[in-house]
Amino acid sequence: MAVTDVTPNGAGGDDDQAPRVALLNNPEIRGWIFQIVLAILIVYLVYAGWSNMNANLQAAGIASGWAFLGNNAGFAISQSLIEYSQASSSYGRVYVIGLLNTLIIAFFGIIFATIIGFLMGVARLSKNWLVSRLATVYVEALRNIPLLLQIFIWYFGVLRLLPQPRQGFDFGFLGLLNNRGYFAPKPVWGDGAEFTLYAFIIACIAAWALGRWARARQMATGQTFPAFWTGFGMIVFLPLAVFVITGSPLSWDIPVMGGFRPSGGMTVIPEFIAMLVALAMYTAAFIAEIVRAGILAVSRGQTEAANALGLRSGPTLRLVVIPQALRIIIPPLTSQYLNLTKNSSLAVAIAYPELTSVFAGTALNQTGQAVEIISLTMLTYLTISLLTSLFMNWYNSRVALVER
Amino acid sequence: MKKLILTSALGAAAVAFAGSAAFAATLDDVKAKGFVQCGVSQGLPGFSNPDADGNWSGLDVDLCRGVAAAIFGDGEAVKFTPLSAKERFTALQSGEIDVLSRNTTWTMSRDTQLGLNFAGVNYYDGQGFMVRTSMNINSALELSGASVCTNTGTTTELNVADYFRANNMEYELVAFEKADEVVAAYDAGRCDVYTTDQSGLYAQRLKLTDPGEHKVLPEIISKEPLGPVVRQGDDQWFNLVKWVHIATVNAEELGVTQANVDEMMAGDNPSVKRLLGSEGEFGSAIGLENDWGANVIKAVGNYGEIFDRNVGPDTPLGIARGVNALWSKGGLMYGPPIR
Ligand SMILES: N[C@@H](CCC(=O)N[C@@H](CS)C(=O)NCC(=O)O)C(=O)O
Repeated sequence: MAVTDVTPNGAGGDDDQAPRVALLNNPEIRGWIFQIVLAILIVYLVYAGWSNMNANLQAAGIASGWAFLGNNAGFAISQSLIEYSQASSSYGRVYVIGLLNTLIIAFFGIIFATIIGFLMGVARLSKNWLVSRLATVYVEALRNIPLLLQIFIWYFGVLRLLPQPRQGFDFGFLGLLNNRGYFAPKPVWGDGAEFTLYAFIIACIAAWALGRWARARQMATGQTFPAFWTGFGMIVFLPLAVFVITGSPLSWDIPVMGGFRPSGGMTVIPEFIAMLVALAMYTAAFIAEIVRAGILAVSRGQTEAANALGLRSGPTLRLVVIPQALRIIIPPLTSQYLNLTKNSSLAVAIAYPELTSVFAGTALNQTGQAVEIISLTMLTYLTISLLTSLFMNWYNSRVALVER
Repeated sequence: MKKLILTSALGAAAVAFAGSAAFAATLDDVKAKGFVQCGVSQGLPGFSNPDADGNWSGLDVDLCRGVAAAIFGDGEAVKFTPLSAKERFTALQSGEIDVLSRNTTWTMSRDTQLGLNFAGVNYYDGQGFMVRTSMNINSALELSGASVCTNTGTTTELNVADYFRANNMEYELVAFEKADEVVAAYDAGRCDVYTTDQSGLYAQRLKLTDPGEHKVLPEIISKEPLGPVVRQGDDQWFNLVKWVHIATVNAEELGVTQANVDEMMAGDNPSVKRLLGSEGEFGSAIGLENDWGANVIKAVGNYGEIFDRNVGPDTPLGIARGVNALWSKGGLMYGPPIR
């Protein structure tokens, strides 16, 4: 089989003088063909696997399909950020509630873990012997005990520590604390409350603009401006002024003790408290190590140079060391945030109603639709993780070293 | 590289395309491997509970031992898989276990939507409430506003919702996956009420720090017929499990006990002889020897013996026969005739 191509059409002054080959032997085209064949194969496999699974489910007499999401769930959930009634709410709503409960524990968990982690990381490097030793003990103890165990310790610790509702702490206006949770007063906004909100938003924007202006001026003229405190003052006092002018449109729904437990107000259930403490403390131990490594990676010369310029140790840390350390800290920090979010699914062990517990647990059991529910749950965790990564990558690209 | 792709593609295909026929003849599989794989609870005294050496005992365990005895003539030819309420149906559907005998309530949706079949009822139960004696509560109707601890993935969760809604009462549900955590949380004071099947309340009460300080309220708010479950679509296995239970009930009715099996076999009551296999051909139809019934009773005794040994008045649970007495004694236990 001869592959010599003698057709005249390709004869024009091509750069590559390689002899013309049959299409199939052209590496580029061949590559494409393989890609396409593989893609078709994968699509077919997924499709065939899926339909085979459905056929098997049908043959085994197991219900399938998504219609169950509209059915009435009928069980109670101990914490829901949105309206939920066991009399009429659907499995779809259970999914949303579980998701929100996962997100809220992850959100607060990440905030607290970051704060504690940074403090501990810096403390480990402290020149104060006791402080650095304590931080070391913290890190070594917490990251070496399995998380599930810590969750149980916190949960049963919290339960044993807090008194029964009738003997509970009563902080008056600040609410009630007992082993059914923390019952906080709930703000009830009246007419005109939206103006306070608008004032708050306007103050935030103004503070941000002020910060930019102050920075630009400092760059240009070297003059500093107390932008932080001015902005802070605006954010506090502008809404406050509007609030007072509009006639203080706010009242409080203060919880009162009922027959078994307090009613009214907002409830923070003990499961949430225990889970939050466990997740934050555990993840903080890892973050502390990341922070320590990040700070150590900034060469001493930087600190010495800053000192030589006359910066005191506070500004040195804040303006010289931490910005450079952040570049090293952020990528591994992202993994810790993802871990924390996924670890929140352990909450099922202590009855905190997050996604795995109420949806992949209770709802799955009541409906028996394992394939649908588990796929949806996996997809949800995947999405949360990808979004977190996306955000952290964006932030990382902002703080990353810009070569000038 | 190409090889890698090919192998992984084949691997994926193998997983996705595994036929559904694998579960067809459970009895053949069981005979081939030499034991029955039985799904039980993670520890519920009286029903399925391991001792310090890992030996399982209980009413639900005896059902599995009965099945093993019918097949192998040996009540020990069983392996147990402890399952949480949440895991149990998946374990059965996926073929991890051969029979589920784990205080499981027979409901219509479980029977019709999960690809499973209930092979009878070996304990008629109902849901109850347990509270601290010190709270001075005498009726479930006084529980409005209470915090209620229970297991997820159970009928309990739904019944309690119905009950509180029907009586216009508020409550907070705290639902754990594992029964041990429910007990611990209730014991630690997280809840005012612990609710589950009444038999379960008596059993779990034994695990509390001070069982004497807790009492079970009189209300029974649901019907909880508990029984063994098998996969749908294997009628032979379904029949086998069903008739093992029936055999124990009929044995009690006919006065056949663990001690007198051989004697009764030689006697002249035709019903007894059919049960024990000394007359008729009742084994081959379910793939067994004709003396399967005799083997069951030799291994675990009749239903009355099973009940008394595991949950009866002389056990720590101290449960009276009540509705679980024979039909001829005013209860619900009724075995269709073997003929
Ligand atoms: N019968 C009910 C409830 C069964 C149930 O899970 N009961 C709990 C509490 S008694 C239990 O068996 N716990 C023991 C364990 O989880 O191992 C059902 O089938 O849904």
